[in-house]
Amino acid sequence: MIRFALGRLASLTASLIVASIVIFAVVEVIPGDPAAFMLGVNARPDTIAALRAEMGLDEPMVTRYAAWVGGMVQGDFGMSWTYKTPVATLVADRIWVSLPLAIYALALSTLVAFPAGIYAASRRGGAGDTAIMGATQLGVAIPNFWFAMILVLIFAINLRWFSAGGFPGWADPFAAIKALTLPAIALALPQAAILARVMRSSLLDMLGEDFMRTARAKGLTRRQALWRHALRNALIPVLTIIGLQFSFLLAGAIIIEQVFFLPGLGRLIFQAISARDLIVVESVVMLLVFTVIMVNFIVDLTYAAVDPRLRARA
Amino acid sequence: MHHFKRLAASTAIVLCASGALAQDSITVAIQLEPPNLDPTSGAAQAIDSVLYANVFEGLTRFDADGAIIRGLAQSWDISEDGLTYTFNLAAGVTFHDGTTMDAEDVKFSLDRARAEDSTNAQKALFADIADVTVIDPLKLQVTLSKPNGMFLFNMAWGDAVIVAPESIDTIATNPIGTGPFAFANWVQGDRLELARNDSYWGAAPALETATFRFISDPTAAFAAMMAEDVDVFVGFPAPENLPQFAADPRFQVLNGNTEGETILAMNNQREPFDNPLVRRAVTHAIDRQAIIDGAMFGQGTPIGTHFAPHNPDYVDLLANSQFDPELSRSLLAEAGLADGFTTTLKLPPPSYARRGGEIIASQLRAVGIETEIANLEWAQWIEEVFTNKDFGLSIVSHTEPMDINIYANPGYYFQYDNADFRAVLDELNATTDPAGRSALLAQAQTIISEDYVNAYLFQLGVATVARAEITGLWVNQPTAAVDLTGVSWGN
Repeated sequence: MIRFALGRLASLTASLIVASIVIFAVVEVIPGDPAAFMLGVNARPDTIAALRAEMGLDEPMVTRYAAWVGGMVQGDFGMSWTYKTPVATLVADRIWVSLPLAIYALALSTLVAFPAGIYAASRRGGAGDTAIMGATQLGVAIPNFWFAMILVLIFAINLRWFSAGGFPGWADPFAAIKALTLPAIALALPQAAILARVMRSSLLDMLGEDFMRTARAKGLTRRQALWRHALRNALIPVLTIIGLQFSFLLAGAIIIEQVFFLPGLGRLIFQAISARDLIVVESVVMLLVFTVIMVNFIVDLTYAAVDPRLRARA
Repeated sequence: MHHFKRLAASTAIVLCASGALAQDSITVAIQLEPPNLDPTSGAAQAIDSVLYANVFEGLTRFDADGAIIRGLAQSWDISEDGLTYTFNLAAGVTFHDGTTMDAEDVKFSLDRARAEDSTNAQKALFADIADVTVIDPLKLQVTLSKPNGMFLFNMAWGDAVIVAPESIDTIATNPIGTGPFAFANWVQGDRLELARNDSYWGAAPALETATFRFISDPTAAFAAMMAEDVDVFVGFPAPENLPQFAADPRFQVLNGNTEGETILAMNNQREPFDNPLVRRAVTHAIDRQAIIDGAMFGQGTPIGTHFAPHNPDYVDLLANSQFDPELSRSLLAEAGLADGFTTTLKLPPPSYARRGGEIIASQLRAVGIETEIANLEWAQWIEEVFTNKDFGLSIVSHTEPMDINIYANPGYYFQYDNADFRAVLDELNATTDPAGRSALLAQAQTIISEDYVNAYLFQLGVATVARAEITGLWVNQPTAAVDLTGVSWGN
């Protein structure tokens, strides 16, 4: 087990190093001089040169890469050029919007998808199954930003139950959760649709397995067998999908954050790219990569703990 | 019944109280969030939108109509030769941190802006300053190296506001000025709050607090206004929704002008635009009204030169470049391009450029000019078009006030090189009497119009949508600003 963990740790470190090089290189080749952008069209060349020097842009690329990685290893993610604020502070502020939003959306989608998927699988081919599969087809097809606009039109403009957007902060938790509700619903819809379909087909696969026939032969009813044996086994692919969806929700909510003008991580990256605040782009993307790799590492370890066959192969 | 009456009465009181509270706070939305809060470095207009006249003040300032009025300088004397300005500062002015604002702070601010290592985005405003001398705490003398008729105008810009050495290190995140509102809080990405400065030296504003929100998406802007999440939206990004607001009794729509001359820029040093006939042909191929209607939903005033039509010195030169595709084709033939040609049309992100670009491309195609449209981000535009001059055509709105002097710089991106024009501008800079300046400005406008340097399209409009009760908002944007000094909830 320890050898397995060490092996995984080595490959994790290698992934991080490769990722840092790729991120730095990609960000470096984006056209557009950050200093010239910040100073606008009336700036004199000597002013731009002064700002480039202040930002450290006149240093060679290798020096800047080393400084960036060296800082990160010590927990220093650098200082945003445009916001003049430490990147760590920017991320810390935004994560309190993005993380709760991702969890909220995931909770909603799971709450809807599990019962829907299980019900559809247990009534395979019936009217309920057809209705649910039709609804999920629609859920996958509807773009979430369009759905978000419809939600705003109904619940913010016409009914006035919610604000059209913005985030009041966590000082008042009720107001904060209320502000995240419409965005979470908009994000959850397509995820729930996908999850319900995966849940259904995964359950149906299990229902055809030998051990299900054995369970039925023991005298369990079809429903008892489904709940006691099929569901647990069917959860593995579903959990994998949930893991992927969570990474996506954490950083991929840019459009929804834009529609509801929420100060989340996606919008931070988006603004930083258009303002050429490269240090923010690099550090935030690196943090996200780190998070995803860490989650995968933990998942790998859990799989290995559960399933001895994986350890043996390593 | 008795209880019910008491309940009703107390409810009424509560309602009145909450009504009264709402009367002195306001939520203003603008499209872009300021990247930081230092107006003296960085070109982002959003910094001025939030802070100009609210938090920071300069020696002079723009009023709602674009006139230059007194700011922290209450009066001034200009020497005979136009080289020495003696400013008398307002008395009893303090910064929001309690420190006194005096002539030393003014000297510090001006010297900092013009210093060798200054990162002021408009450093040219200070280029003619030779020396700043403090005479006493409320009096200082600025000596210029050559007469500059624009000096008081230059000092009104947001880039020339007075800052204090005590608070300069943290200005980007905690701006300390002398204005009627003090910076209170900034939740980056969401909102910025200002609070009334109770020790303000001038007339106290009516509002107690103001919250700025940043909403860039046009649909979100519409929703936020309709749901009454925000009270005012300055620079409303969805012109197609304006009639709906105008028809709704809850709202008012203010249609104003800006200093943005929107032009189809031509690369004067690149073939075939180095030929004046071709440039003229381009201008006659363009139907300005079709662009204003199609791209701007009617918002904008046609211009025939690089000058704001609301300025008293504006000369109407539209006749030089009337829409006339026939004439355009014959001019192209005369230039030896009867079969037309292909060029690039590089477009920055604003909708005037992206929507306008499609219309211009089809108008140019009608006379035989094919364009390859490239949509660029601002940072790319500045590098490719502005710095490297790698373009044939581009559409951009020049939002700086009184910027006809860009035509005197042959290195400016459209690369217009005319010694006669430069002579006129040199004379203009040295002229301080108003009549003489008017005549020279007219001459300058005429030269660039008749040289067909660029195709002049329209003056960019600005729409403000606000709750109907609100008064005192600026209609026009003589500079990027949301001046809340005179804003109140009318009764």
